[in-house]
Amino acid sequence: MIQFALKRLGIAVLVALTVSMLSFSMIYLSGDPAVALAGEGASQEDIENVRRVYGFERPLIVQYGDWLIRALQGNLGHSNYLKADVASVIFERLPTTMLLGACALAFALILAIPLGVVAAIRANSMIDRVALTIAVIGQAMPSFWLALTLILWFGINWRMLPITGTASWLNFIMPSIALGYYVTPAVMRLTRAGMLEVLSSDYIRTARAKGLRPMTVLFKHALRNAIIPVVSLSAVQFGFMLGGSIVIETIFAINGLGFLAWESIQRADLPMMQAIVLVFSVFYILLTFLADLLNGFLDPRIRVA
Amino acid sequence: MSDKILEVQDLTIDIPTPSGTLHAVQKVSIHVDRGETLCIVGESGCGKSLTSLAIMDLLPRKATRTATRLEIAGESVFDIGERRMSDIRGNRMSMIFQEPMTSLNPAYTIGDQLSEALRRHKKVSRGEARDRAVFLLEKVGITAAASRLGQYPHQLSGGLRQRVMIAMALMCGPDLIIADEPTTALDVTIQAQILHLLAELQREFNMGLILITHDLGVVARIADRVAVMYAGQIVETGTAEQIFKAPAHPYTRGLLACIPIPGQTERGAHLGAIPGIVPSLVGRMPGCHFASRCPEVRDSCNSAPIPQFQGAEPGRSVRCLLADEAAVRQPAQEGAA
Ligand SMILES: Nc1ncnc2c1ncn2[C@@H]1O[C@H](COP(=O)(O)OP(=O)(O)OP(=O)(O)O)[C@@H](O)[C@H]1O
Ligand code: SF4
Ligand SMILES: [Mg+2]
Repeated sequence: MIQFALKRLGIAVLVALTVSMLSFSMIYLSGDPAVALAGEGASQEDIENVRRVYGFERPLIVQYGDWLIRALQGNLGHSNYLKADVASVIFERLPTTMLLGACALAFALILAIPLGVVAAIRANSMIDRVALTIAVIGQAMPSFWLALTLILWFGINWRMLPITGTASWLNFIMPSIALGYYVTPAVMRLTRAGMLEVLSSDYIRTARAKGLRPMTVLFKHALRNAIIPVVSLSAVQFGFMLGGSIVIETIFAINGLGFLAWESIQRADLPMMQAIVLVFSVFYILLTFLADLLNGFLDPRIRVA
Repeated sequence: MSDKILEVQDLTIDIPTPSGTLHAVQKVSIHVDRGETLCIVGESGCGKSLTSLAIMDLLPRKATRTATRLEIAGESVFDIGERRMSDIRGNRMSMIFQEPMTSLNPAYTIGDQLSEALRRHKKVSRGEARDRAVFLLEKVGITAAASRLGQYPHQLSGGLRQRVMIAMALMCGPDLIIADEPTTALDVTIQAQILHLLAELQREFNMGLILITHDLGVVARIADRVAVMYAGQIVETGTAEQIFKAPAHPYTRGLLACIPIPGQTERGAHLGAIPGIVPSLVGRMPGCHFASRCPEVRDSCNSAPIPQFQGAEPGRSVRCLLADEAAVRQPAQEGAA
């Protein structure tokens, strides 16, 4: 298990380094960063000054190394627009986005896993077909559209839920559904496929031959094995949801990292965008790593070598 | 009060298929007494596994099962509902499957899987279940039994896993064990050990044992009685001695011709298989199922269903017109032509 974990950690670090390079190179996306930073109408002299102050005249690799070391120390640069330290802005907004992501994932799992299990037990029945329909609709429906529909009915017509902000937990209901619904189909289909495979396996026959109760067979023996791939999928989907949070947070005016990303793009706040991309990516890598570990923990064939 | 552990009468299994109903098992009747070993032999696909699954009520959902009698120790267990049936499975009768590599759950330890069988059926503490597991693991010849409890199936070899499966089947002290080709997936050297073990445990615990096998050599060593199946039917029953000394059905004789018998088969003699292929069980066959391969086939064999003729001794029966013509007692063919 330790060997397995170390290997996964090594891979995660390598991926994180690659991502950091991409994120670093974002400064050069819009051409000469010194020109961009100096602002419109700056004289040549100003530009040269900026270049020197920020160290843009040094070789790229040196700049990257410097940037990386500072990033590792928690210094992600300075936002000229907000006149604030990028890292502190991000860490102020991060919890909101994580909370939204966790609620959305919880919603998705609570809906998808039972549906997937039932669809597998009653394969090709009415319930299975209804679940499939829900899955297809979920996959086809853009989340912004679902968000707007929810707002229209629950927010405006029935006035049941607040539309914007993060004042109370009620504010999180609609965004979580809008964000989480999108991942429901994938989780449900994987649960169903996994359960179908496991239920026809020899060890399920053994469990029944032992006279175990149907619920024990289903949950202890079948779901336990079928759920393993769902864990990794959930981690990947959580990563996707961070991306989706840009849209959802903007629609519901939730003051999280997604909203911040949207604002920064509009303001061409490069250091902020760069840092958000970095944080999202690292978080995604971390999730994948944790999912691998959890996988290993759930599967004794990996855990006990 | 007879000592019959299992009594099955006219067990029939149909499976719907795209090309018609598959009559996989047709009016099979068997019984097993306490302390007795019944071997069911027959070629692949003749319905041995389905018969045993039907007794356990573990058939695939699409298969339908009928019977005029299905009794465990005199108590009818036919269509008693999943709830009551699950009280009997693993408790009064257990089953050992062909595939030891995949028959244990990879996610749980050996100890957990052994204990849960006992704790499901009997009121015992964790400790008692554990002690019983250790006792039985030792019984089935596993060394360092206590330390095995914490191991996972993937850490054990195929032979060890099958020993674990046997221990698991014994956890509740069942009256009947059904072993469906328990050694087919194992190394030849281990096959003999496992069979020997089964026979020994059967004697020690005085259980009924149904052993399903292709291997007539095994039958010769451990069977008390034999049921020969062909294409969904039992074609011959008798004591092991009757079957080996005086096989009456041409199919049985063909099977026996395929195995070397020490002292009877000449060295270097040609060992054949019965020529021809097993008929499809989709749809009804008018006459004898074996007719297309039988060396002694005659016109009357194909015209009407062949009944199971009862022999002079109890428990002896033959599904062949020759038996009716009293031309049965021929010596076993030696070698093969
Ligand atoms: N789930 C199923 N669906 C359709 N047909 C099946 C199914 N299970 C078994 N059969 C058919 O039923 C017949 C009897 O199968 P069974 O498994 O009982 O044979 P067997 O005697 O155990 O053979 P083997 O020695 O290969 O294990 C075969 O013709 C097989 O193709
Ligand atoms: S009934 Fe006829 S075909 Fe069938 S086994 Fe006997 S002799 Fe052969
Ligand atoms: Mg079989």
